[in-house]
Amino acid sequence: MTAAEPVLQVDGLRVRFASDAGAVAAVNGISFALDRGETLALVGESGSGKSVTSLAVMRLLPPPPVCEVGGRISLAEAEGGVRDLLALPEEAMCRVRGDRVSMIFQEPMTSLNPVLPVGEQIAEAIRFHRAASRRVALAAATDLLERVGIPEPRKRLGSYAHHLSGGQRQRVMIAMALACNPEVLIADEPTTALDVTVQAQILELLRRLQQETGMAVIFITHNLGVVAEIADRVLVMYAGRAVEEAEVATLFRRPLMPYTAGLLASVPRLPEAGCKGREGVRFAAIPGTVPDPLALPSGCSFHPRCVHAKPGLCDSEVPDLEDAGPGHRVRCRRWRAIDGS
Amino acid sequence: MSAAAGIAEAAPGTGPGQRALRRFCRHRLALGGLAMVLLLVLACGLGPYLVPYGPLHIDLGVRFSAPFLGPHLFGTDQLGRDLLVRLLMAGRVSLTIGFAAMLISTAAGTLIGAVAGYFGGSVGAALMRFVDAVLCFPQIFLLLALAAFITPTLASITLVIAATAWMEVARVVEAEMKSLRERDFALAAEVLGASDFHIIFRELLPNAVAPIVVAATLNVARAILLEAYVSFLGYGIQPPTPSWGNMLNNAQEYLVTAPWLAIFPGVMIALAVSGFNFVGDGLRDALDPRLERS
Repeated sequence: MTAAEPVLQVDGLRVRFASDAGAVAAVNGISFALDRGETLALVGESGSGKSVTSLAVMRLLPPPPVCEVGGRISLAEAEGGVRDLLALPEEAMCRVRGDRVSMIFQEPMTSLNPVLPVGEQIAEAIRFHRAASRRVALAAATDLLERVGIPEPRKRLGSYAHHLSGGQRQRVMIAMALACNPEVLIADEPTTALDVTVQAQILELLRRLQQETGMAVIFITHNLGVVAEIADRVLVMYAGRAVEEAEVATLFRRPLMPYTAGLLASVPRLPEAGCKGREGVRFAAIPGTVPDPLALPSGCSFHPRCVHAKPGLCDSEVPDLEDAGPGHRVRCRRWRAIDGS
Repeated sequence: MSAAAGIAEAAPGTGPGQRALRRFCRHRLALGGLAMVLLLVLACGLGPYLVPYGPLHIDLGVRFSAPFLGPHLFGTDQLGRDLLVRLLMAGRVSLTIGFAAMLISTAAGTLIGAVAGYFGGSVGAALMRFVDAVLCFPQIFLLLALAAFITPTLASITLVIAATAWMEVARVVEAEMKSLRERDFALAAEVLGASDFHIIFRELLPNAVAPIVVAATLNVARAILLEAYVSFLGYGIQPPTPSWGNMLNNAQEYLVTAPWLAIFPGVMIALAVSGFNFVGDGLRDALDPRLERS
């Protein structure tokens, strides 16, 4: 990590949705800092608030009263100082989106406009922010397509989304997102909808582009294999809170929060050579399900599913995020006991 | 990668437009309708130059001459005016009103529907309740009521017809925009910094072209019919300028003695209206998104 200012800093981000049954706290005070060139993985089950966090950073959540966002999201300015994205007027935010912070989505199949050629779409992503003629923008789009590994980029400019395979569409989406060289790229499960070989290619591509451009990446996923592949640091989320944050190697070697340990244990593994019998390996699963965000359990929201939970300790109040080593933070009352055992 | 590139080879000439065109060309009735429309447009555009009589040329010596006999191919009316050239001149009026009213009503309906559907909320609700309110009036009565207040000219009749025909387009577009706005590519465009204006007109509306085109085509047919109504009832295009509607009106008195005076304008109206309706049906089938992947 560099001593320089983080490019993006999120402090105490809270997101509440109004619903008929009352306010739903989707995100409950998330804080993290993202350095230039760094990849931070947000990991968690569905409903843990990771996608809502990314939408909040992009300011794409519905306006109040449907949804209320609190906290601070600071984007570092080129000339020093920071700018709070949550306080920015919508017009100024429009200039930040796509230019300085960009995003790619899970579904490359539906994220491209079906009635516009892909070249036009990339060119327009450039022209939102740069005063370029259509011809110049299309030439830049050709370069971008080449950079994301689309063969015969000049011919592909006129292709429509349905001419492209899933992997190619995701490459086009990446080209669009990178059109203006953003400093931060949010990748919301960009490989989930792709098959495994294509996944590996897309991850490789993202890593190469990150090295070329020095952008920071927030990588949202529930796939720990992908995390190990691409992340520098990991933030594990559960029920709208950060429950553990660590360097990727530390987290995989020494998970302190029982939820993280459970996630790591539930990754399917092939039986090792020599181990006989097909029934030899069973999935380790975390018992129970994600809590209803309308009725979060008291205390640590994970305690009803936690094998280490102690009545009276874990269910009384929400534990703080404690330091458990260099760059390692954990939200658990019992991490010392669990770590020692 | 190479396998994926292979799949993508079918690229040239398979944009959404070309595929719709191919489907349209397989639709016999639609092609027939298109032929009728083109024939009418050509005839009304060029025909009057080929007929050796003016539409207002009165020749009392040949009053009520029957069609297909003598120099007046479609016969003459009570003042001896040539019916063919009057029909063609009336066609110019009717087709002009039909197209112009379609353009105005489609543009207005699209704009209102797009704004209402995209922004939703109180703005959308207010706009759509206004649409509902206008729809509460039966179109004919609304038209006649408006027509009673204005001096009937080509432009004013067109505007009045457009003012009673934009609501359906607005509804169609509003519904489309509501669903398109939730699609991933709208979000993707927003993420890249697109303005609302850009998202509405560049990203979403092109996806709604199909239903708009269909509604617009059917609107031409309806505008022609409406013009015929108001002119028939005397509120529309005023004699001596011929329109199919006022020719029919004029023919009432002579229905028994000179039935061709009623039959020919009636046939022209039927041809024009059914032609546009056939084209509209064909477009509907050709542009139906459910057939898009076939």
